[in-house]
Amino acid sequence: MEPRIVVVGASLGGLRAAEQLRSAGWSGQIVVIGDEPHPPYNRPPLSKATLAAPGTVRESLAALTFRPKRSATDVTWKLGTAVTAADLAAGVLELDDGERITFTGLVVASGLRPARVPAPGPLAGRHVVRRLEDSLALHAELAPGARVVVVGSGFIGCEVAATAATLGARVTLIEGGLGPMERTLGPALSAGVRGLLERHGVHVIPGARVIGFRGAGRCTGVALADGTEVGADVVVEAVGSVPNTAWLAGNGLDLADGVECDARLRVVDAAGTALPNVVAVGDVARYPDGRTAGPARRVEHWATPTDTAKIAAPTLVAALAGEQTPAPEPPLPSFWTDLFNVRIQGVGSPARADRIEVFEGDPAAPATGAAVGYYLGDRLIGAVTAGLPAPRQLYYRQQVLDASAPATLATV
Amino acid sequence: MAQQITVDRQLCDNHGQCAIAAPAVFRMNDDGILEYEDSVDDALLDEVEEAVDVCPVQAIFFRD
Repeated sequence: MEPRIVVVGASLGGLRAAEQLRSAGWSGQIVVIGDEPHPPYNRPPLSKATLAAPGTVRESLAALTFRPKRSATDVTWKLGTAVTAADLAAGVLELDDGERITFTGLVVASGLRPARVPAPGPLAGRHVVRRLEDSLALHAELAPGARVVVVGSGFIGCEVAATAATLGARVTLIEGGLGPMERTLGPALSAGVRGLLERHGVHVIPGARVIGFRGAGRCTGVALADGTEVGADVVVEAVGSVPNTAWLAGNGLDLADGVECDARLRVVDAAGTALPNVVAVGDVARYPDGRTAGPARRVEHWATPTDTAKIAAPTLVAALAGEQTPAPEPPLPSFWTDLFNVRIQGVGSPARADRIEVFEGDPAAPATGAAVGYYLGDRLIGAVTAGLPAPRQLYYRQQVLDASAPATLATV
Repeated sequence: MAQQITVDRQLCDNHGQCAIAAPAVFRMNDDGILEYEDSVDDALLDEVEEAVDVCPVQAIFFRD
């Protein structure tokens, strides 16, 4: 049999994996398997531009679909097909169409699915935003004047709230234990984001817990733990994501939060030993933070699939040739969001900070321009700019790079 | 040899990621607007490929 690498997951991570496998010199087969019917497409607009004005399905796909590199054209795409089980030792995958496919090497790029609010009540009228169809279905209900209740105030929740408000909906944003984008941006900028949302008419309810969804047949309201109820024509659940790893069960892996990897993105078993022919790419991969020497974690940013594929693909190609790549330079995480034409960009690991310093402007007023640095002890480990032109972000990014030279890679 | 590239200004949102990946080709001016070289020496093509990859709106194109 011709050597074959199978990539499980056909979103940006699967695409970048296939491209980087070719760039790394892999000349055998590449088969990319994904459960969505579409070729890889860009997801950030699903809570922003596409949600605001999607056009037809054909138009939105034309706008969102990635252009594969010329080098990656010799790739077999098996779309609309889910992998249901894996026997990693035997090198066999089972698919939901009954087929079995063998592999020489495997790339885990199966991504995430939205978490749901763990509360009882009717499902109709409740949305999540992950796939194109989710965004189109939600857009169809965002009529001017509609009462939209967004549960969860991370990036997606805030972006959906902003887009719905821009379309004229009456929006309520229910925070959880943390303020808007607080996990990533910290408390100072989070308060600024809350103010930005409120100034644009979003009603923000801090520190709430949803205990149920009201309504007969269709959801008409959200019940909170303090006894209040928020009336809703449309509910959006944006309470985080769950890694798609069930298909890897039974192989002795640590699947507690994504798939555990070493710094080369090799999947490791529960004893911490790297598997010889399996790597992971994208936000399903939990890998060591080589820049802050922090615990292994998943990174749910748009740049992650590209960053990790550039490490994982050469790792796998070398391993299949019985070789090992040099220790890779750890990626510097980066992220952005756009809210009411205010661009927020960041790098590093602000969530690991124990101290915040305002570099310029006022984080309470992000629309007027602000920059915040994030420190772990004396070391700058992250920086975020809001409402500033890109050169300011590039300047602070370089400061973080200079300060966060790769720490010792404990698991290489 | 040189490769011609173009940035679709309708798509470009001035994120600045290309200026990180390929600073010899792309730079952000003080107003935060992209400026770039549209004829790129082959020696820089790897960097430009990186820039294409990291552009959040996929606005950078190679011209035949």
